[in-house]
Amino acid sequence: MPTVYVNDQPVELGAGEKLNCIQAAQKAGVEIPHYCWHPSLSVVASCRMCLVEVGDKKPDGTVAMVPKVVPGCQTPVKDGTVIVTNSPKVKAAQAGTLEYLLLNHPLDCPVCDQAGECGLQDFSFKYGRAYSRLAEPKNQKVDKPHIGEQITLFTDRCIMCTRCVRFTREISGTAELQVVSRGSGEEIDIFPGNPCNNKLAGNVVDLCPVGALCSKDFLYEQRVWWLKGKNSVCAGCSTGCSIRVDQNKDVVYRLKPRSNPLAQGEFMCDEGRFGWKYIHSEHRLKFPMQKLPGGMSAVSWPQILPAVKQALAEAAQRAPDKLGVVLSPFMTVEEAYLLSKYVKSLSSGAKLWMTPPRVVGEDDQYPKDLHGNATLNPKFTIRAEKAPNRAGVEAVLKHFGGEIAPLDTALAQVANGAIEAIYLVGGDPEGWITPDQTKPLAKAKLVVVQDLLDSPALPQATFVLPGTSWAERDGTFVNHAGLAQAIHRGLRSPGDAWPDGRIAYELAGRSGMFHAVTIRQEIAGVIPSLAALIVGDLGDEGVFLKSNDEPAGQSPAAANGAVPVAGGSRS
Amino acid sequence: MAEQQTPIPEADVVWMEEPEMGFWESTFLPAIFGGLRNSLRHVTDFHPVTQQYPEEKPDLPLHYRGVHRLNRDDQGRVKCVACMMCSTACPARCIDIVAEEAPKDDPLWTDRDKRPKSFVIDELKCIYCGMCEEACPVDSIELTSIYDLTGFTRAEMKFDKEKLLDVYDKTKDNPRDPIRTHRGILGPASAFATLPTVGPATQVPQGDKSANSPTSGVIGH
Repeated sequence: MPTVYVNDQPVELGAGEKLNCIQAAQKAGVEIPHYCWHPSLSVVASCRMCLVEVGDKKPDGTVAMVPKVVPGCQTPVKDGTVIVTNSPKVKAAQAGTLEYLLLNHPLDCPVCDQAGECGLQDFSFKYGRAYSRLAEPKNQKVDKPHIGEQITLFTDRCIMCTRCVRFTREISGTAELQVVSRGSGEEIDIFPGNPCNNKLAGNVVDLCPVGALCSKDFLYEQRVWWLKGKNSVCAGCSTGCSIRVDQNKDVVYRLKPRSNPLAQGEFMCDEGRFGWKYIHSEHRLKFPMQKLPGGMSAVSWPQILPAVKQALAEAAQRAPDKLGVVLSPFMTVEEAYLLSKYVKSLSSGAKLWMTPPRVVGEDDQYPKDLHGNATLNPKFTIRAEKAPNRAGVEAVLKHFGGEIAPLDTALAQVANGAIEAIYLVGGDPEGWITPDQTKPLAKAKLVVVQDLLDSPALPQATFVLPGTSWAERDGTFVNHAGLAQAIHRGLRSPGDAWPDGRIAYELAGRSGMFHAVTIRQEIAGVIPSLAALIVGDLGDEGVFLKSNDEPAGQSPAAANGAVPVAGGSRS
Repeated sequence: MAEQQTPIPEADVVWMEEPEMGFWESTFLPAIFGGLRNSLRHVTDFHPVTQQYPEEKPDLPLHYRGVHRLNRDDQGRVKCVACMMCSTACPARCIDIVAEEAPKDDPLWTDRDKRPKSFVIDELKCIYCGMCEEACPVDSIELTSIYDLTGFTRAEMKFDKEKLLDVYDKTKDNPRDPIRTHRGILGPASAFATLPTVGPATQVPQGDKSANSPTSGVIGH
């Protein structure tokens, strides 16, 4: 095995593993500070923060060191490479580089949104000095709020790492951002009248290691140390980007992509990044409702649960074949399983459907070429299927003998009397039923609607069960490639809304509390196609349901611009 | 007698006997006359220490921590830059700030990025510890010498930005409430050629065991 020595500590490289000094040191648990290098972008070695001493260990045991410090990001390692990151020479280089980077950097940390998660703050604290020796006035540049619809540029905070420029050239392919002028006049800018508004533009804010590029949506909303993050999965489309939900006091402030080579790579699209606003919509359902002689009225859960259970049981007894459930691709695997199992236990003849996910346009692949067309090697894909868990609910549905059909199929059966009692699960924030479609529901004897937002179906409902958004639930989403990822409850629900998993759990009359990991393991034992869920804890990256779910010749990770990690948790 | 389990080793326990009372002591008369003498001394003392508040105002030390104020800069704008360091530092969580972007088209605000949209201090929740004052990077929030704070409702005791600026306007000329620094610019660290040495905050008397122990709060041997 090829061996690299990081500060005298041997690190073994995997077969065919090509790493630079930063990655090799990461394997050894040693941090080499860096700004311009990013695993998904090309190497420019321009920030000079990762300067290290390297050498070569000869077969006879002698070490020949390179006389100068070299940038670690640009230096590949091989068998016998020696990396020194803590020598006085390296420390002097790091402190010197930081002092230069900070020469013109304003000390406006108190008003800067990046403060608290800033690379410049962290590395100055660890490797730099606490004060500036610059006696001259700082070089002040004009802010550029016009740089994009969602992004703003504080030009004087920029350290010219050019990550954002490389992102728009290499990942989005739209190339709006560029460096103008040279020397101390260097600035990030756009062509006049061509702002950075591509669908991946929000990622440049995450890429910026300092507070130069800020998100207009998040600007001055919160200090980052107040935010509490929970790992989750974006529910915007079937790509299933790994994300973190940042909230404070049960208010979501932003979503940040997590690095997941199995799912999407390092990034996420703006549609998902800013598409969570419905979580705090004023149309959220906050209380269970029941149709009483006097009209719809809010009731408590202890009242409505037995009533719903009794109504469903009576309906199943009256006409076992006339009970139907419409699932939604916005449900988690656990919710779909619990609800299907419960309904099937009432009546084995009950019918199950899932509404197909909303499809908008075609899959949008990046990077784009000069003419805005997709190129041969897509690095990021925004999928047309605008639901997170079609594959997962489908697997549950197949097991219980249900079918995927448009909502009209179920409603037609209600209209012709083949279905008398129907349980509708909504979940699509863009709406899932039109006022015209609700007409057949008047014929049904029992209509239960479980949804998170107000919809035209509510006036027809006998019972309304207020569910929650994905950010308030625990469960599993299966993405387009069959990758099962865990979502975690990041905040409490408004009013008296319950996570959908809890509703199904309580309806089924199970004892104890809904616990996603336990249910997941139960599902793995029952449904063979979901057997991979047996691990329970899916980790941060998730688990593939089947290894042959991956498209031939190209792993989904590669399709999304990520470097596949050797030894990833494929099963 | 059952053996008592104590955390103190038996060897460290010293048993002491109550001293025997003598004849006069057991009559309690010396103690009674001693008490009477003490009372008489106070009755005949014609230099009382009682202050006739509110007619007479107390002479408070200069570092007294009373009601907050929000300072203005030399252009009359609120000095606060809404960095929320004070509400981060506040142990009582009584400061609530909502920030906004400073209006770019207003010539008065061109040199500022961020300003407070609302700034509310709950004076009833506040424990007047002065941490906010310490945390403020622009010397905007300060505690004044105002101590007689009253109100009819709880809502009235939530001081908003206007009220706090008004406290500044009313106290800025009071010699007891000097504006403590005039730096008023962000990033004062950049102004130092050499870092100032920081002296000890308090004098530690010789033989103070808790101050000299290696772990704070634990008195060593």
